[in-house]
Amino acid sequence: MSNKEQYLVRTEPFYQAQGREVILYEAAYAARLPVMLKGPTGCGKSRFVEYMAWKLGKPLITVACNEDMTASDLVGRYLLDANGTRWLDGPLTTAARMGAICYLDEIVEARQDTTVVIHPLTDHRRTLPLDKKGELIEAHPDFQLVISYTPGYQSLMKDLKQSTKQRFTAFDFDYPEAALETQIVAQESGLDAATAATLIKIAQTARNLKGHGLDEGISTRLVVYAATLIKRGVPPQDACRMAMVRPITDDADIRATLDHAVDASFA
Amino acid sequence: MVTGVRQVPDARGRSYAHPQVQAAWQALDCGFAAVADVFEECMNAALASFSKPQLDAYLEAARVIGKLGRGPEPLLAFLEEWPTVAAAASGDQEPLLPQVMGTIRVMQKSPNSKAITPFLQTLAAVARRLQSAEQIEVYLDIALNLMARTTGSIHGHHTTFPSPGLPHFLEQAPRLLSLLSTAGLRNWTDYGIRNYANHPERQIDYFSLQSADSHAVLQRERHGTLFADVERKLDLYLRALWRDAEQLVPYSTAFDELRKPIPYFDKLGMRVPDVFDDVQGPRGAIGGLERYRAVLAHMAGHRRWSSSIIADNYSPFQRMAVEFFEDCRIETLLIREYPGLRRIFLALHPLPGEAECDPETTSCLRHRLAMLSYALLDPQHPYTNPQLLEFTARFHETLGEGTSSTREMADLALSYVARTRRQSDQFAKVHFDNTVIDYRDDNRHLWQYIEDSDDEEFFDDPVKQNKKPAEVLSLPPRRYPEWDYQSQTYRPDWASVYEALHPSGNAADIDRLLEKHAALARHLKRLLDLLKPQDKVRIRYQEEGSDLDLDIAISSLIDYKCGVAPDPRINMSHRTDGRSIDVLLLLDLSESLNGQVGGQVGQKVGAGGTAGQTILELSQEAVSLLAWAIDCLGDAYAIAGFRSNTRHEVRYQHIKGFSERWDDTVKARLAAMEAGWSTRMGAALRHAGHYLAARPAEKKILLLLPDGEPADIDVTEPGHLRSDARKAVEELAAKGVTTFCLSLDPNADEYVRDIFGKRWRVLDRIERLPETLPSLYMELTR
Ligand SMILES: Nc1ncnc2c1ncn2[C@@H]1O[C@H](COP(=O)(O)OP(=O)(O)OP(=O)(O)O)[C@@H](O)[C@H]1O
Ligand SMILES: [Mg+2]
Repeated sequence: MSNKEQYLVRTEPFYQAQGREVILYEAAYAARLPVMLKGPTGCGKSRFVEYMAWKLGKPLITVACNEDMTASDLVGRYLLDANGTRWLDGPLTTAARMGAICYLDEIVEARQDTTVVIHPLTDHRRTLPLDKKGELIEAHPDFQLVISYTPGYQSLMKDLKQSTKQRFTAFDFDYPEAALETQIVAQESGLDAATAATLIKIAQTARNLKGHGLDEGISTRLVVYAATLIKRGVPPQDACRMAMVRPITDDADIRATLDHAVDASFA
Repeated sequence: MVTGVRQVPDARGRSYAHPQVQAAWQALDCGFAAVADVFEECMNAALASFSKPQLDAYLEAARVIGKLGRGPEPLLAFLEEWPTVAAAASGDQEPLLPQVMGTIRVMQKSPNSKAITPFLQTLAAVARRLQSAEQIEVYLDIALNLMARTTGSIHGHHTTFPSPGLPHFLEQAPRLLSLLSTAGLRNWTDYGIRNYANHPERQIDYFSLQSADSHAVLQRERHGTLFADVERKLDLYLRALWRDAEQLVPYSTAFDELRKPIPYFDKLGMRVPDVFDDVQGPRGAIGGLERYRAVLAHMAGHRRWSSSIIADNYSPFQRMAVEFFEDCRIETLLIREYPGLRRIFLALHPLPGEAECDPETTSCLRHRLAMLSYALLDPQHPYTNPQLLEFTARFHETLGEGTSSTREMADLALSYVARTRRQSDQFAKVHFDNTVIDYRDDNRHLWQYIEDSDDEEFFDDPVKQNKKPAEVLSLPPRRYPEWDYQSQTYRPDWASVYEALHPSGNAADIDRLLEKHAALARHLKRLLDLLKPQDKVRIRYQEEGSDLDLDIAISSLIDYKCGVAPDPRINMSHRTDGRSIDVLLLLDLSESLNGQVGGQVGQKVGAGGTAGQTILELSQEAVSLLAWAIDCLGDAYAIAGFRSNTRHEVRYQHIKGFSERWDDTVKARLAAMEAGWSTRMGAALRHAGHYLAARPAEKKILLLLPDGEPADIDVTEPGHLRSDARKAVEELAAKGVTTFCLSLDPNADEYVRDIFGKRWRVLDRIERLPETLPSLYMELTR
């Protein structure tokens, strides 16, 4: 089961560094410190972890957390088979045993009890107790825990507890500045730089409305979508409406404003 | 009859040189000297434009008007104005004159003969606006309709009193029609008739454009894009495209015809017109919203790239040129940011013809600059003037890839004025046509004055006018519209809601009430504990779950071993039960609450209530218990009361805010609860709703406790406030607020169903309120 090979990132993912995050991450890994990646949706957090895993040559196990997720989904549970019950490791346990980087995406989405199970893994103990099985796992020396967290995106009910937050080193991500983001979009989609720059400009108009009717602006991911559509021959205005404006809002006034921005951005 | 006229010698004997005029004067048979004085002039105009039959009809009509017994004014007005009216409705004036005379006759026969003079005095101006006999007939119809519906109805007397509003309406007609279509005029008039048929003073205020609602309805009926309708879009536009969060302040274009205000910005905000009509230019149609955006983009550009320079060193010509160059620099930079703006600017920018201005007779600098301005924005401009081409090139060179500066534009402008100077630039007659670029602001921000000059006054004036009023001590009222189901429109800004903290009494009284209901409270507590968010609820029979459910796993295993298909749902999981509820409890504090519980017909005082208790006291107990219960549950809640004394005074009393705790301060307010006045439900619902709508919870509940039908002393029409309340409930639903009504009026079924749809309950035994209210709440939020 725990086949290390299958979790290795084989080809180099394209990651455009925004600052010194690559070196700093390497330092955190060297000390096996847990890492928290903060930032809005679609700004490159997952891509960064993937890239780091590749660069460090370590296996990567990613878990997308959701509301229905419980501690057992991370740690493992008993299953039933012909011989009775059988224990199955969860992804976190697998990572701890094998020495992988375990990336828990949007950890706050999971239930409160989930966050508590990671506590012993994140301090000097580096252990994972499997209560139901009566086993205590010592984490592999290569194991590292990474979580992502989008502040202010969830309801007030969902926030990380201080006792959880204070177990991590943290990186603040944001949408890159225009020139860099243009480069990313051009590289990812193969679109020309001038059109990519226009798309970024439109994305920024929406980001200016964050907190004024928009919870979140247009992400890099959506810009890449729009660029991909244009590259495939969709007229730019249509591509922008479909990939950048429509997905983010149902508010008619905001839609009208962003549609206008799209029209005004193309001569 | 008319005093002062008799003493004057009869003018019938006046003689005129022109035989035709003389004959006409004879036919008119008029003794007014004032008419005789202008008659020749009027006849000359009439002779020039009328055919013989038209002239005869004109004179005959004049003769009739002269004999109405209303003095010389109506006749003077008719003689002077009719040729204009006829010209405006040219082609089909034949049917129009009888119509007008018919109108005059109806007025003469009614008590409204005084209105004939203003009617004739403004008719020409009205005709100039309407430009067709058909439209003028609509206008006559509106006026007659107004007359018929406002005459003699006062105090129920019969056709004895003239319409108070009619003469004012006729006086205002030209101005009204400059803003409204005839359809809009009809709506505006209808509104005044409907609401003020029985109030002579208010009717006069309305039709003479003195009252606030008269303005408000006028605004609503105007053509074009109203600022009020697009304000949010404009805020978003500024913020999204220009990162500018400046306050937008509309100025009125309807009541300032002389000055024709221009957009501008200062410390207090960006000033824009309150309405923009769509324009249908030769270079494309631009809607009102796009025009607003053009204005805002231009001002945002100035705010980003312009700096101010000292004005004193420049002549007025030089300043004008600097402004043109600077405006073009700003727009060039704007277009660089958003290339799509070029189309909008060019469609709104005049394109003056090169030969339009004659430099021999007229000052043409404005004209030259307007052409240059167009050329600077449109590379495909049609102009060939070498100086224009030279400066266009120099402008683009100065800008290059950078942003240049106001300073550099000023230098370029000075050199332009010097190079293109003409003697005639000094002429008093300035060519204005086709040179006004109305999306540009007045550039007051560009100039700094060291010395006071005459110009200064012009710049200061609007700032002074817009001074903030002195800090007010009490909260100003919030105005809410009211739904008028007869016309299916809102009456704008109709009800004024004053909000205040409820006065405080003795908190211990509430604690005593709670003690009195200790047994009930214990019972409630058990129910509450069931409802309370339980951190974990077990869900069994799950195929995927967090834990193995051993009982089921074993039986499945047995099944499996016996060769029977096992139940795969051997896991269980837990669910955390969160509540996200905000509730606002809105109490009707109107007079009827003072009634005795026992005093109601068919009411038996039960164990809970004490004989002689008022409904108010009972409500206090119930609300205290509910507040305590919600507090146990941990939901966020607020409490407020309302009552009204006409639409001008709706009181909204704040008892507990969402962020306040259930403590002695709040209990003290509850203890001082008092009843009085009436129940204007819609206004209170809207006000409460605006608080709830701003709350974060998933479920927002407005729990209303009325004890009677909506009513107020200024409303006689049954059903009006009821339909308004229903409308208010619909508005709240649209904002995500659920309204629920628990009526204390046992006979409420009919109207609460009408207002609240399915969300209501009527309390049959009011003495049970203290236990019903909290249990109802628990049921609603389970
Ligand atoms: N710095 C970057 N280098 C390369 N690609 C990037 C970068 N930033 C963003 N992208 C692009 O944006 C897309 C979204 O990034 P990613 O999936 O990492 O977002 P995320 O921050 O993890 O979002 P979420 O919080 O929604 O999971 C990527 O697929 C990639 O195309
Ligand atoms: Mg991600």
